[in-house]
Amino acid sequence: MSRFSPLEWPVLRQIRSGDLLGRGPAVTSERTRATSPRTTTADRVVQSVCPYCAVGCGQRVYVKDEKVVQIEGDPDSPISRGRLCPKGAASEQLVNAPGRQTEVLYRAPRATEWQRLDLDTAVGMVADRVLEARRNGWQDADEQGRPLRRTMGFASLGGATLDNEENYLIKKLFTAAGAIQIENQARI
Amino acid sequence: MANADCIVIQGSNMAECHPVGYQWVTEAKARGARVIHVDPRFTRTSAVADKHVPIRAGSDIVLLGALINHVLTHDLWFEEYVRAYTNAATLVNEDYRDAEDLDGLFSGFDPETGQYDMSTWAYAENEDGAGGHDGKVDAPAGDPDDGAEAGAEAVEEAAGQQLGSGGAPMEHARMLHDETLQDPRTVFQILKRHYARYTPEMVQEVCGIAPEDFAYLVRSITENSGRERTTCFAYAVGWTQHSLGAQYIRTASILQLLLGNMGRPGGGIMALRGHASIQGSTDIPTLFNLLPGYLPMPVAGTHDTFEDYLAAIASKKQKGYWAEADAYTTSLLKAWWGDAATADNDWAYDYLPRLTGAHGTFQTLTSMLDDEVEGYFLLGQNPAVGSSNGRMQRMAMSHLKWLVVRDLNLIESATWWKDGPEIASGELRTEDIETEVFFLPAATHVEKSGTFTQTQRLLQWRHQAVAPPGECRSELQFFFELGQRIRERLADSADERDRPLLDLTWDYPVDAHGEPDPEAVLAEINGRHLTGPDAGRPLSSYTEMRADGSTSGGCWIYTGVYADGVNRAAARTPGQEQAAAAPDWGWAWPANRRILYNRASADPEGRPWSERKKYVWWDEEQDRWVGDDVPDFPLHLAPGTRPDPDAGGAAALAGDDPFIMQADGKGWLYAPKGVLDGPLPTHYEPQESPVANALYAQQRNPSRVLFARQDNLTAPSAGEPGADVYPYVFTTYRLTEHHTAGGMSRWLPYLSELQPEMFCEVSPELAAECGLEPYGWATIVSPRSAIEVRVLVTERMTPLVVRGHTVHQIGLPYHWGVGGNAVVSGDSANDLLGLTLEPNVQIQDSKVGSCHIRPGRRPRGPELLDLVAEYQQRAGATVETGNTRIDVPGTDRSADPDTDPTTDPMREH
Repeated sequence: MSRFSPLEWPVLRQIRSGDLLGRGPAVTSERTRATSPRTTTADRVVQSVCPYCAVGCGQRVYVKDEKVVQIEGDPDSPISRGRLCPKGAASEQLVNAPGRQTEVLYRAPRATEWQRLDLDTAVGMVADRVLEARRNGWQDADEQGRPLRRTMGFASLGGATLDNEENYLIKKLFTAAGAIQIENQARI
Repeated sequence: MANADCIVIQGSNMAECHPVGYQWVTEAKARGARVIHVDPRFTRTSAVADKHVPIRAGSDIVLLGALINHVLTHDLWFEEYVRAYTNAATLVNEDYRDAEDLDGLFSGFDPETGQYDMSTWAYAENEDGAGGHDGKVDAPAGDPDDGAEAGAEAVEEAAGQQLGSGGAPMEHARMLHDETLQDPRTVFQILKRHYARYTPEMVQEVCGIAPEDFAYLVRSITENSGRERTTCFAYAVGWTQHSLGAQYIRTASILQLLLGNMGRPGGGIMALRGHASIQGSTDIPTLFNLLPGYLPMPVAGTHDTFEDYLAAIASKKQKGYWAEADAYTTSLLKAWWGDAATADNDWAYDYLPRLTGAHGTFQTLTSMLDDEVEGYFLLGQNPAVGSSNGRMQRMAMSHLKWLVVRDLNLIESATWWKDGPEIASGELRTEDIETEVFFLPAATHVEKSGTFTQTQRLLQWRHQAVAPPGECRSELQFFFELGQRIRERLADSADERDRPLLDLTWDYPVDAHGEPDPEAVLAEINGRHLTGPDAGRPLSSYTEMRADGSTSGGCWIYTGVYADGVNRAAARTPGQEQAAAAPDWGWAWPANRRILYNRASADPEGRPWSERKKYVWWDEEQDRWVGDDVPDFPLHLAPGTRPDPDAGGAAALAGDDPFIMQADGKGWLYAPKGVLDGPLPTHYEPQESPVANALYAQQRNPSRVLFARQDNLTAPSAGEPGADVYPYVFTTYRLTEHHTAGGMSRWLPYLSELQPEMFCEVSPELAAECGLEPYGWATIVSPRSAIEVRVLVTERMTPLVVRGHTVHQIGLPYHWGVGGNAVVSGDSANDLLGLTLEPNVQIQDSKVGSCHIRPGRRPRGPELLDLVAEYQQRAGATVETGNTRIDVPGTDRSADPDTDPTTDPMREH
């Protein structure tokens, strides 16, 4: 198409496209015309739930090349009927934020900077520390001899942003370990 | 809410904090419902409501109590509902003394411990001394061996924290009643006397609300309650975060019961919670005091044996479904310890650790400061910014040996050791901090599958969309692996204390990436039959659970979510293709019921109260309850049924006992036990207040939990010397564009651009009084810290005239924190807040504080500490300030059993 085709004169375009005020398709750029929404080119759409407040709005997660390319409200949800608030609408950035930390970091005692640590080593170090803290903080019985069978050596905070299945494993494991100082955002 | 005829939003800014949920308020309004917003600030919720009523933060019980008083004195209560479904007619122990009799204390207060002995609050029983009333006795006398009062025994300490799914236990359900409601010892008459002084004049004096606004409010809710109409209340942390927060909700519950608005469409009290699965993390609790399904954690000395434990949860003779707590507990223990849980070892009950009091996040905080805690896991929570008294939070972390932060971003709780406010002030030096810090990146909500439970108890499954990047992992995978490593290291241990870990059922199928199958975990939570022909089959309902070890189930209230092996949380029939209650989208506990106690939507004979408010009713032909929801009642229990008086549990329910989780089947206008700071809500001023309590000499909730420490000083309140040093009230809140302490919002460029900077909202009057420039800087000083904020001068803040003087309130969003990694950072409002807790649920008093505000930025370095100290000295604030339990020294009024209850309670103030 020639850049100077008379058929592309704005007035003709306005008449031809029915956009008489020249605010719609008649004045879109070629670049805009060549653009299609990410939602139409996604490989798949996955149903999810917004991770922010407790309303529980439905989300549709659009995935292309194993990357999340967009997150939209789910019109099927009887709770949200397709709507999302600014946070829910921004949640694609929660996944793809440029500053998101995706590597394990370790700060040694008195160190002034982080250092890298591989995940496997880190989990092993945490397991060792849990067992040591558990041992050091162990209480078999109270002063009247009543059983306590617990440790005050370590504590945990958080859970309201996590899944039920995750909270279940946390409570199960820590309770079996004798830890009682387990808390989350519901307290505050 | 869409079915309500009137909606009162109080203690919540719903349109901004739950904007998508607010569409249902808008729907109701479009159909003609009246919407009223009661809040210290004029917000977007106020803007779209029919009316905004400004209120002084911390005075809500006076307003709600005055509504109760008006409803009672003008006979506007829903008589048939109240008589049939509440405990209005029940008689209370004659030794009970009200706060109105004892100048702000109920009977049984121990000034040493700050705790009540609740025995005098109990229901009366038919014994000597109880015979003088006029009413009928519709129950036989208690066993001679029984305690003197129904429900007087059992746990007192910490019990109030555990009643997440029903009322306190009782020995049985045979109470004395006076159906005429005239006996002065009836709950109804006690209620009337208790709220008699809560008048429109008192509302004006204490809350700063004009009589015409009160009249509008009372007219709106009473004209929209009854057979044909319903009123709904909605609240959020504006009601809970007070030193008597649980009593705020109780006051609303009393009002809604009197108006007949519970268990009915368009009625109720909606808790608008703030995290995606904060309900789920309460149901399956990562909380110190609970086991899954609101079973209590065992307490040493109270629950030493399995028998003691079960007896304390519920009596087999009380009404309703808590009587089956033995089946729920045994099934949980079987889920956790499998074959190692046997009848001989009480299903491994002794594997559970024991509590010795409160071990909440704030008690743990002080233990950290005392070097008693070595390690700390932070799992998607950012206490350096999000918890009250931020300085204490950060200082406590510097006492740890190790800290594990699992989050999406490098939140301030992960970086305080290098860029926190205490590094800037010189209180901490990075090179001196011994704490090891592990940052383990987490998976987002789309990088794992699992369920969230939203604010109306609805479980919704999320399908995994993509794999987590890099070393990001779900908590499911991390904790499964951590458990495996721990068990490997202990594999050869002969130590008896390691048995609970080694015997733990910890075997979940994993995928190629090592991620455990979350559906396998959900199936364990749901429970299954373990023996007999059905062995292995998922349970369909918690009523299938047994106490003989033949069933397992990790959270009894969730049983049914995996009935028939189908993941019902993943049900996704589009809303437009089903009825309004949308039963085929997700799954709500219990039993997929959408409105709790919905038996109350029908009259005692089982007929809908009105055609307009029809919801669940008795169908004579089918001989069962039917309707638009799963009936929250035994399906075939006919309305007129009278139970065998010796029966217990579900069999003891009468056909008109809709409150099936309550020990007597009734809605409690008066709580004969279980609420630690009083059987009836009564007004006390917040820990820090510019006004003296207009009702009692007792200024503050005498049962509140105190942290009298130098790093947690309280500002003097009205009438105390130094109160003028911190003359203004501040309150904290959320914005639409951020989430809590910012861990999921301040790292997002979109959201950071929308709300880039910490600010305060002040009225033009306060700006003029203090010389604050619009959009300039101001420094706000409390006895804990000083922060700097941008100034937003707005008429949305209204100065209120309270008890003769003007109270200025300052609004502060709490999303920002000081650190080096977020897109936007700023001073944290939580640094200003102190720690004083509500006694039932141990929540902090963070919606009201006292402060001073001045123009300009805050000092840097050690001079910041000097500024805070200078204010403290000028105010004379010491660790004693605000921390006495009883406000008239030397008087222990609660110990006087001879106080005459007929004494005129109208005090002069």
